[in-house]
Amino acid sequence: MHKVYIYKGFERFWHWTQASLIIFLAVTGFEVHGTLDIFGFEKAAEFHRIASWMLIALITFSIFWHLTTGEWRQYIPTTDKLKEQIIYYISGIFKGDPHPTEKTGLSKLNPLQRIVYLGFKVVLVPITIISGIFYLLYKTFDQNDMVVIEEYPLASIAFWHTLGAFLLMIFLVVHVYMTTTGKTPTSNIKAMITGFEELEEEHLDITPKNDKTQTL
Amino acid sequence: MLRNLLLVILIVVSALVLVNVLHKEDGYNLKLEELKHKYALKDIPSVDHTKLPALHKDFKTPQEVTEACISCHTETHLEVMASSHWNWERVSYVEGRGISSSGKKNVMNNFCIGTNSNEKSCAKCHIGFGMNNNSFDFDNARNVDCMVCHDNSEEYLKGSAMAGYPDRTVNLEAVAQSVGSPKKSNCGSCHFFGGGGNNVKHGDLESAHLSCDRDVDVHMAANGMNMECVACHTAKNHQILGKLYSVSTENSNRSTCEQCHSSSPHLSNMLNRHGSKIACQTCHIPEYAKVNSTKMAWNWSDAGKLKDGEPYEIDDSLGNHSYLSIKGSFVWERNVKPDYIWFNGTADQYLLGDTIQSVPVKMNTLYGSHNDRKSKIIPVKIHVGDQIYDKVYNRLIQPKLHGENDGDSAFWQDFKWVEAAEAGMKQSGLTFSGEYGFVKTEMYWPINHMVSPKEKSVSCAECHTRDNGRLANLSGFYVPGRDYNKTLDFFGYWTFLLTLAAVFGHAIIRMLYNVIKDKFEKQVINYDEDEPDAA
Ligand code: HEM
Repeated sequence: MHKVYIYKGFERFWHWTQASLIIFLAVTGFEVHGTLDIFGFEKAAEFHRIASWMLIALITFSIFWHLTTGEWRQYIPTTDKLKEQIIYYISGIFKGDPHPTEKTGLSKLNPLQRIVYLGFKVVLVPITIISGIFYLLYKTFDQNDMVVIEEYPLASIAFWHTLGAFLLMIFLVVHVYMTTTGKTPTSNIKAMITGFEELEEEHLDITPKNDKTQTL
Repeated sequence: MLRNLLLVILIVVSALVLVNVLHKEDGYNLKLEELKHKYALKDIPSVDHTKLPALHKDFKTPQEVTEACISCHTETHLEVMASSHWNWERVSYVEGRGISSSGKKNVMNNFCIGTNSNEKSCAKCHIGFGMNNNSFDFDNARNVDCMVCHDNSEEYLKGSAMAGYPDRTVNLEAVAQSVGSPKKSNCGSCHFFGGGGNNVKHGDLESAHLSCDRDVDVHMAANGMNMECVACHTAKNHQILGKLYSVSTENSNRSTCEQCHSSSPHLSNMLNRHGSKIACQTCHIPEYAKVNSTKMAWNWSDAGKLKDGEPYEIDDSLGNHSYLSIKGSFVWERNVKPDYIWFNGTADQYLLGDTIQSVPVKMNTLYGSHNDRKSKIIPVKIHVGDQIYDKVYNRLIQPKLHGENDGDSAFWQDFKWVEAAEAGMKQSGLTFSGEYGFVKTEMYWPINHMVSPKEKSVSCAECHTRDNGRLANLSGFYVPGRDYNKTLDFFGYWTFLLTLAAVFGHAIIRMLYNVIKDKFEKQVINYDEDEPDAA
């Protein structure tokens, strides 16, 4: 075993800020939607709008970060070992089989994660954010009090936005649960907090490989 | 090191954001302050009419007063005689009707029905003298009643059923010397009492306006801006701005909130944006008839019952008539939440002689729809009722209601519908088949007055709510918080719940497997700080 600095400072900042913003947006959004009753409609809508600007800003930074650091490559999808990964979650995980893929600093994501996170980044979040921006700008006035963005049907914008919101919530549930399937139930979360995770690096193989805990 | 720095920055930034989000100062609305300042300064008249010799005279008839007025204001009667206050009609373009002339002469309503054959009584609210019947001379300037609008002494009073002449008790000389710009009491002498009593018709215009507080009406409140009607209903050449949608059809010369407040009066951009689809009144007049009740329903079919051959009345607990033999039964309400409709500013009315198209008969139709760019949601009072109609010709009947003597076929004298219908229709130039019935009617009254203080305006959640919101009756467009896609919600919630269930199932199976596995071995091996198994 070897302690590896796997999640950089920005990455961790981005991850947790985005997580809290999305959860906050979900709470206020579903209050606007009529599902929850916490802040009252007026406050919920106002908070939702403020938080949405923060999320837009954050995501702009993170896109920039992914491009400049080359981290976006982590999400290039692959079918290699994808099936094994799925089978692992369906059966192997119960028996205590080892993870079919190794986690390293250069390749943090297993093939299933790659596809799901890519979907999250290029489908889920864009659906929600783009429809959200349309929602945000519905009926905007210019200096002469003229409506500049007008009749796009709000019902369909709201449809896509609500769809995105539901999918994000489903993602959240699965995502949170999956973090408990690391070496130990909390090891992944700890890594995302501290940045360090105990990983096996084949070329630095110091510890004996028959340690059973690694697969839990 | 870097981590600590980032942490500090993060904390500072989030603290700043939180302060900004949670701390809201009540913004200073400069536009509003400027308006208040402007209207706080009241006009000072440039002429003192008590000093004019032409008005020191023992006027024998009100016409002499008018002549005295015209002796100085030499052309003004021409302006007045071009106004709808004088002509009781207005030529305009109406969708589906073409160019048509409408006004009190031929428009019908579901209150006292119409003016034809009842002129003598209705003329109490005509700015002229001597309207006995439908042959009034609209070209005679001597009959213009200047005083009803310009008397500032509150002494002037038109007699009832006196064809527009002042009551005999009025001291014409005193009135003539105290003329000035119209006050609430002048406009109110007619506009508060439409339908035959205070607040009967409008619901948002009534005698309480003469001295009310800001909760009733922020503009006219005695302890507020104390504005006169003419502050908003400004006039040029006696053509007064602001026509009521219930009797005028074109969308022109309206008096609007925006004329003073502009179309972006709020500090919040969100609220300003609502203005593209929602009239100011919709949020700012949460309820009407705040002081005295207004009539919500009037059933003429109940009229004519007699006790021992005599007409009678029944009053409700607030002193409002709930039954009158001469008029039928009524429903009154106070503090009424308005109904809401889409309206684009154009309207049509049921005109005397029109064939009934649908039941309930719409006495006026306010056009508009959610997909019409010019429409906005406005608050209305819907006055319903039933009234007499001709079963054969399928049109509303103008009955003769007012009469001087028994036997002159007026309903209010003789309580006989056939005679009253016969006489009324004859005077209106229409035939009556002899067969009458009662048909349901409704009439739409836009609510424009009784603006509440901003703290009392309609809150967001009163419309943005799933059930029973204020806009529950309007459909076809999406209101966040009210509307949602049912299919999406169904699948959304279920998929979410099933996912949760699947995840729990997975977790439980994992735990079970762990329990089955040899614990002993694990306990020995697990020496590092992590919990071997959260379960
Ligand atoms: C940058 C991102 C986002 C933007 C710009 C945005 C914008 C908006 C806006 C403008 C509304 C309408 C309420 C209002 O007018 O204040 C709304 C509603 C809503 N938002 Fe968002 N939002 C964003 C992200 C999210 C996220 C991440 C979620 C949930 C995970 C979410 C869930 C919802 C829901 C459920 C509604 C109610 C939709 C309805 O019932 O019509 N939003 N959003």
